Amino acid sequence: MLDPVSAAAGAPAFPRCCERCFHSPETPCRDLVACLEAGPLCHEDATCAAALTARREAALRLRPARPVIYVGTGTCGLGAGAAKTLRAVRAWLHEHAREAEIVEVGCIGLCSFEPLLDVQLPGRARLCFHRVTEQVVEPLLETLFAGEVPRELLLGQMRGEGGEAWPGLPCLDEHPFFAPQTRWVLAHCGVADPTSIEEYLARGGYRALARVLHGRTPEEVTGTVEASGLRGRGGGGFLTGRKWRFALETAADQRYLVCNADEGDPGAFMDRAVIEGDPHRLLEGMAIAAYAIGASKAYVYIRAEYPLAIQRLRNAIAAARAYGLLGRNVLDTGFNLEIVIKMGAGAFVCGEETALIHSIEGRRGMPRPRPPFPAARGLFGKPTVINNVETLANVAAILDRGAEWFSSLGTATSKGTKVFALSGTIARTGLVEVAMGTPLRDIVFAIGGGIPGGRAFKAVQIGGPSGGCIPESRLDTLVDYESLKTVGAMMGSGGLVVMDERTCMVDVAKFFMDFIQRESCGKCIPCREGTRHMLEILQAITRARGREKGKETLERFQGVVHLQRLAKVIQDTSLCGLGQTAPNPVLATLRWFPEEYEEHIFDRNCRAGVCAELRHYSIVAEKCKGCGLCLKRCPTAAIMGAPRSPHYIVPDLCIACGTCLDVCKLDAVLVA
Amino acid sequence: MSTVPAETGARIDALLAPWKGARRDSLIPILQDVQEACGFLPKEAIVKIGRHLDLPASKIYGVATFYNQFRFQPPGRYQVMVCRGTACHVKGSAAVLEAICHDLKIRPGQTTRDGLFSIEVVACIGACGLAPVISINGEFFAGVTPDGVAAILDGFRRKEVASA
Repeated sequence: MLDPVSAAAGAPAFPRCCERCFHSPETPCRDLVACLEAGPLCHEDATCAAALTARREAALRLRPARPVIYVGTGTCGLGAGAAKTLRAVRAWLHEHAREAEIVEVGCIGLCSFEPLLDVQLPGRARLCFHRVTEQVVEPLLETLFAGEVPRELLLGQMRGEGGEAWPGLPCLDEHPFFAPQTRWVLAHCGVADPTSIEEYLARGGYRALARVLHGRTPEEVTGTVEASGLRGRGGGGFLTGRKWRFALETAADQRYLVCNADEGDPGAFMDRAVIEGDPHRLLEGMAIAAYAIGASKAYVYIRAEYPLAIQRLRNAIAAARAYGLLGRNVLDTGFNLEIVIKMGAGAFVCGEETALIHSIEGRRGMPRPRPPFPAARGLFGKPTVINNVETLANVAAILDRGAEWFSSLGTATSKGTKVFALSGTIARTGLVEVAMGTPLRDIVFAIGGGIPGGRAFKAVQIGGPSGGCIPESRLDTLVDYESLKTVGAMMGSGGLVVMDERTCMVDVAKFFMDFIQRESCGKCIPCREGTRHMLEILQAITRARGREKGKETLERFQGVVHLQRLAKVIQDTSLCGLGQTAPNPVLATLRWFPEEYEEHIFDRNCRAGVCAELRHYSIVAEKCKGCGLCLKRCPTAAIMGAPRSPHYIVPDLCIACGTCLDVCKLDAVLVA
Repeated sequence: MSTVPAETGARIDALLAPWKGARRDSLIPILQDVQEACGFLPKEAIVKIGRHLDLPASKIYGVATFYNQFRFQPPGRYQVMVCRGTACHVKGSAAVLEAICHDLKIRPGQTTRDGLFSIEVVACIGACGLAPVISINGEFFAGVTPDGVAAILDGFRRKEVASA
């Protein structure tokens, strides 16, 4: 049955050079990829050759006749106002009767500098500008089209994109954010047009797939991936090639490949960015993986919260199908592959393999005991390989350039690169791809630019709700599956949230426990009840003395005494990864920041001023001039007072958001 | 929900028509389709889907209540989604959520009495670089502060008055 979700309209047609090409999606061409690269192959014709070259150059925009304007319209770009920027660009071009090609690209990774706009003038290198809000569009384009480059907006020129380099202008790859990175998975993100399969092909895409299908056995492909040392990027870090081998060696009439794009970790968004910015890289990786394990049907399990990624993926599948790169008889090799998009319905536990399988089968996403592992008995009882987006996005390059190339980068046990989503209180947020073995300090301070506002670094949270917080003293830990475990954290899917001195570690632990106890599927009692109890203990720690009644003070201490034992029980007796790692945020903060717990427990003091109940805002009457600024800005109208006379805060209405403290110019707001 | 308008039944039948011969593994996509069209999962839809897939309504409720996406109450015309991801939390999304609740006088999961706004808390929108983030009917607002909430909501109220 045709899944209505995967059907998309407006797909491109099969690329035929002339009447002599008789291929179509139904009769796919064996040499399509090579033909588009250096064709035509089946007949000699200078016109056709010229047409194909022109087609390739047009896809890469090598010699554009008119200026090309690129706008980064990934979800993060749109959040920063890229849609308005795009409208302003169109309006300006229309108004000034200027011709230009507009290309919507994904995210180059520098989220905090969005909206990003690139301009490639004919014959010149592509220039990247930052923070191009709608108001900036007009002056920017006017200056540019007059032949000047507005330096204050320039991020850099892109090496190798467009024509002749601009003299005296900095290069983008020398920018402190990009210089320490090794961009393999993200190579095309924000650079290439994600909606154009032609551009992906022109940049060497689907070459690895063609080579694999034409001359390599599934065993050889699996062997190459195994030799490369690629490990699962979704959290566990299992060897990808070995997983494939298990599935391949299990006899079955049908096998399945599932791409896990249900990026549930709060604080992680690299899968979204890869799919939005370079969907064909994922599809190529999936096709190779499916061939290697002998699957003819693959699923992409993607979050429904990612509408743009779903749209891009759907269009990419339709385009690949039209080119005969997916579907029946791929590249005339007899290999069939159907890719179906399944939208997740919002359950964190579905990141766990067996829970994900249940969800695709239309059941409650609850894990089951393993073994049997999904590679032996998975979806619909058939051998199933589940790989993360980033894992699959690495596959094509490994097959294209070889296992040695891939394993030459990284540490002894962790090879290749890892993409991190850098966020939190840091100067430059965004997507970062670094070689395995890079110290965390480099990511936070060199790439991220450190903490803004002169505040002190406190911790970096890695691995989402299953991971831990790493303090300053352990920042030289290398990014590597094993090293991170020694400091009580884990690689996870790659969310890196930086926290400064204004973050309370007890509150962070409470935040994660609150998340986990809500997302616990409820199957194992230690996880379901234990995480809730851990949350209650943390809530008791952060409660004000005045609100305790009866024996609550005593119970508060009792809870603290049992906290670690409870954590151990949850770790030891839960079925799946969610439960086994659920206490990690508490244990890691307890290990590295015991003094903060002590202050909360004994002194009822939150040094960061976060725990609202332990914090009271008041206005010092002697300092307040009654300017009314805090009164006007208070979101809950908790501040009262007549103009030009001292104001006061009504404690019952105050939500302790700190706005008054931030806006007061006279330092009259006191936090205690 | 007291009564379901007569046309709802017909609409659900129309939605189920392309799913002829569907099996259990299509249940979640069907529920997503219905919610997309109706804004929530009406009781009648659950029963009809059950008949269509030959599953008891209890099983369907079991699945629908497991996932965060599904709602059983109609949402407001403007759905305010507040991201409570880690990055947003570190940057103060708790205070933003509190300010929104205070402004609309409802709690997450509820709809205002005039049916204009509803608040939903989502685990992560995936725009962590721009934290704290809220999204109203798909439109993103980045770097939201507690005192900036009122202006954003007022913008939608004005839009509503203008279109009325």
